[in-house]
Amino acid sequence: MSSYNSALYPVEMEINSEVQTIRIRAADILLYTLRDKFGLTGSKSGCDNGDCGSCTILVNRQPMKSCLMLTIEADGKQITTIEGLMNSQVQNIFAQHQAFQCGYCTPGFIMNCEGLRNVHPIADEETIRVWLESNICRCTSYEEIHHAVKDIFTPK
Amino acid sequence: MIPFDFEYYKPSSVHMAVELFQLLQNQGKKPVYYAGGTEIITWARTNSIQPGAVINLNSIPECSVMGIQKDKLVIGACVTLSALSEANPFPLLSQTAQGVADQTARNKITLGGNICGKIYYREAVLPLLLANSRMIIAGIHGIREVSIHQVFLQQLRLENGEFLVQTFTDQYYLSLPFVHYKKRQIGNVGYPLVTVAALKQDNQIHTAYSGVCSFPFRSIEIDQVLNSSSIPLAARIEQAISKLPGSIIHNTEGSAPYRKFVLKQTMADTIHILERR
Repeated sequence: MSSYNSALYPVEMEINSEVQTIRIRAADILLYTLRDKFGLTGSKSGCDNGDCGSCTILVNRQPMKSCLMLTIEADGKQITTIEGLMNSQVQNIFAQHQAFQCGYCTPGFIMNCEGLRNVHPIADEETIRVWLESNICRCTSYEEIHHAVKDIFTPK
Repeated sequence: MIPFDFEYYKPSSVHMAVELFQLLQNQGKKPVYYAGGTEIITWARTNSIQPGAVINLNSIPECSVMGIQKDKLVIGACVTLSALSEANPFPLLSQTAQGVADQTARNKITLGGNICGKIYYREAVLPLLLANSRMIIAGIHGIREVSIHQVFLQQLRLENGEFLVQTFTDQYYLSLPFVHYKKRQIGNVGYPLVTVAALKQDNQIHTAYSGVCSFPFRSIEIDQVLNSSSIPLAARIEQAISKLPGSIIHNTEGSAPYRKFVLKQTMADTIHILERR
């Protein structure tokens, strides 16, 4: 197997409001750096192919599939994982609506919703529909998830 | 994980990127240019490619521009598809870009990456083919500006060490009447059975296709037939189908006969809509 340079590269990023530095392989994938080096196992490995959305995190407040991002690309960026949204409004509303079954996909859905709130604080039905298509729930809790997300964007 | 190591570079100028490529190539490191990286990561993870060096283009200012300069829309190759759709400088391109992958993935996929990818569909190129865009390409001999029709023949034909920096599109094309259809087997996310993008210019309909053959294309012959208004529409479409530039894709998304059926319907819808505008 070809391997040209096993040098480690320094990366500094802000993860859940804490500045972290780490030395990584250029080929390291952000999802596994978060899980294996920082113990942030809330971001899930699903398809590893950018299809399912269970690994979704926020990079500079925007949703990103961490299985399709090199860790080195996160240098200088703000990363938010599901651990950074503990007791957040989005998390609480998902719980209130029981918008999950097995829960494996739930962190990805919550991160995507948080990102949607960041980008479109007043998202309409169509925008919500388009954004939610980025995540897959194999238990098919879509009805409850949709209710939760609508609740998030309903003016109180 | 990616089962091999590579070197990583993030040059801040076009010149540096090109020089780095030459240097790394001369060292036998099989460098690749990297923008969104989704296809490179996917292939590297399965060990289908083994680049020895990755040159990330995202710090090059020219690759991130998006705006009107001297009556032309300039879009940098590293502009993401979601940024493109959000800014919406070219509605047909925005709508076509919105059909690629899903919203989160489009935060990573770039215009240049989509056009230069190896995947069959590369739908973002369709509006640029219709708008006769110009491609700004950088290489060891400097920067060249060429018509998209000279360099996009089934795929973007770059010389060794070249990369796409920007696309230029005349402002005139941005507001022409258009339609965009992406027909999938099921659902709203995924690869197309057929994608048709079309513009109406001077009472003529211009069409471009993805998902039909194993490459995106625009065909002058097909457009000539489809615009022959003295012939009944069904006959025009039959003639247009006979002029496809390759065999129809037959895969898990859809069989060739089914794709052909969907293509005919989509062509008819396209003509009906644009003939009224």
